Amino acid sequence: MAVLLTKESKVICQGFTGAQGTFHSERAIEYNTNIVGGVTPEKGGSKHLNVPVFNTVEEAKKVTGCNASGVFVPPPFAADAIMEAVEAELDLVVCITDGIPTSDMQRVRREIRGSKTRLVGPNCPGVLTPGVGKIGIIPGHICKPGRIGVVSRSGTLSYESAVQTAELGQSTIIGIGGDPVNGTNFVDALELFLEDPETDGIVLIGEIGGTAEIDGANFIKSWKDNKKPVAAFVAGAAAPKGRKLGHAGAIVNSGDETADAKKEALRSAGVEVADTITRIGDAMRKAMGV
Amino acid sequence: MDIHEYQAKQLLSKFGVNVPPGEVVYQTHEAENILSWLNEDQIVVKAQVHAGGRGKAGGVKVCKGDDEVVKTVDKMIGMNIVTPQTTESGKTVRRVYLEKAYNIKKEFYFCITVDRETGGNTIVYSKKGGVNIEEIAEKTPKEIHKLKISPGGDLLTHHARTIVYNLGLSGKTAKGAQKNILSIYKAFTSLDAALIEINPFAIVENDEIVMLDCKASFDDNALYRQRQVAEMKDENEYDPLELEAARHDLNYVKLDGNIGLMVNGAGLSMATMDIIKYYGGEAANFMDVAGAATPERVAAAFKLIYRDSDVKGILINIFGGMMRCNDIAEGLVNASKEVGLNKPLVVRLEGTNVEMGMEILKNSGFPIKPVETMEEAAQKVVELVKK
Repeated sequence: MAVLLTKESKVICQGFTGAQGTFHSERAIEYNTNIVGGVTPEKGGSKHLNVPVFNTVEEAKKVTGCNASGVFVPPPFAADAIMEAVEAELDLVVCITDGIPTSDMQRVRREIRGSKTRLVGPNCPGVLTPGVGKIGIIPGHICKPGRIGVVSRSGTLSYESAVQTAELGQSTIIGIGGDPVNGTNFVDALELFLEDPETDGIVLIGEIGGTAEIDGANFIKSWKDNKKPVAAFVAGAAAPKGRKLGHAGAIVNSGDETADAKKEALRSAGVEVADTITRIGDAMRKAMGV
Repeated sequence: MDIHEYQAKQLLSKFGVNVPPGEVVYQTHEAENILSWLNEDQIVVKAQVHAGGRGKAGGVKVCKGDDEVVKTVDKMIGMNIVTPQTTESGKTVRRVYLEKAYNIKKEFYFCITVDRETGGNTIVYSKKGGVNIEEIAEKTPKEIHKLKISPGGDLLTHHARTIVYNLGLSGKTAKGAQKNILSIYKAFTSLDAALIEINPFAIVENDEIVMLDCKASFDDNALYRQRQVAEMKDENEYDPLELEAARHDLNYVKLDGNIGLMVNGAGLSMATMDIIKYYGGEAANFMDVAGAATPERVAAAFKLIYRDSDVKGILINIFGGMMRCNDIAEGLVNASKEVGLNKPLVVRLEGTNVEMGMEILKNSGFPIKPVETMEEAAQKVVELVKK
């Protein structure tokens, strides 16, 4: 089954006819993703990449029955695009856009509460289920079908993890993104992988800043009979305090937000923690006993 | 983006927050005009730099009489200030703020910040203001209150009431504090702030509520719609290399080590800094070639790192899912020609056409060392720099 993106998913792209939307939709189609259409206001009625373009998400859903969307809309309009997909009651919205104002995402967070939509991102590489499809920018050729679930705040570190777990293969790769206010978090992704019968082990890649990794560690600690091996890496041990490093979320403020504090919390939850990102594959194999 | 104290106070006062009357000066002779306008018995002269801890470093002085003010201003402009929040070389003072000095009755701490845990904003406040808040958090954590506002929610009157009661206020001061708190929150949300910290939030003579010091930081992603804030950027506060990187749309932060880094992706950049430290080296910078790692961007980033005189060796670590490594390699060789490369350069590329890219680097005639893994890359560059 894998998680989030399955064989049953019907995917649209918002910001479909733009440069980014076009390029990455082409790659997704090459990867056999079931792309059923796209949305670009004012371009409804035309065709792009051999699938129909719609003016609104609602219209796209009515005609195609889509249940998932990838958002490639520029930052000033991206939060509105997410809300449009939420109001159309899609199951999954994956927002790739980097640079959305935090207050816009706070509003999204309020509106999404109680809705049926799961948001992944923003500022993330997206979701990829090997052999099934992808929403976002994760390169298909580095991922292999298998039984490891990968969840990562960083895009490039999720790629490193995919390459290092190639012989085990991946069930699904989820990039949750580096923004301070986002949709899916570690606990959500861990929950999905824990319940997924096709996932046997989980790779978790965190960063300095925020406390999402600590929440993840506490959640893992609470596992009783139903548990799965987890390997983790937390980037930013060498980062100076108080300075923002690229991801808006990657800034250390309090004690709980340092790489060391997070690694310690994960270790105490029984997670196999890698010293460097280059050892995340070994850590996963060790945790799995293979 | 950070702004100066006086700029933060200007912004707050537009929202009806009570700040002391004051004016900024760039040159000593400007102070005289301002003094006749301010017409106060006591004036506080404050160095305007983006760093806390100015008081202990001699950047804040209360003065009596015009002569003392002018003398202090003259001494402060051009002075070098070193605080725990600056680098070791410190910061040069280019602007000085003159404002009315008060007789303080009580000092509180008040701060609004974006809370990653809740996705909303959180207000942190304390009866113990005027001192380093980290110290209070450590010694008397009970004295620190937090009020969490739900994501996208507003600060309501009853929230403000709770805050002022917890600060032990009543009557006229409670009303004044409440009004100011609501206005500060309004400013925070209207201006897309990331942090507004007021310390001290003070009660002064006549039970007036005044914001005596203020630090404000704003969401970079929202500056496109906050023109008045964006225009307050003081380029003197940034490292020249960081400014140039920003013009090329590169995420660059200058650090203290001697290994120059160029990486794609913020996470991989941090992980590369980590592995360098793991092998006993130290990064001279954080550098995320954000977005697509095209040959042009890679060349621009490379030249920028090369110009940093602290850099003794360079590590390039690119995991390009979709770009072609041969293009990147060619971009690097061309950039090496331009700078006449004579520092060791270790390159790890991952992506399509890796072999072609490696061949180009090997045959370049420059001291470029192509390696296959990140592990090897880190070990190699640390070793080469130590030589």
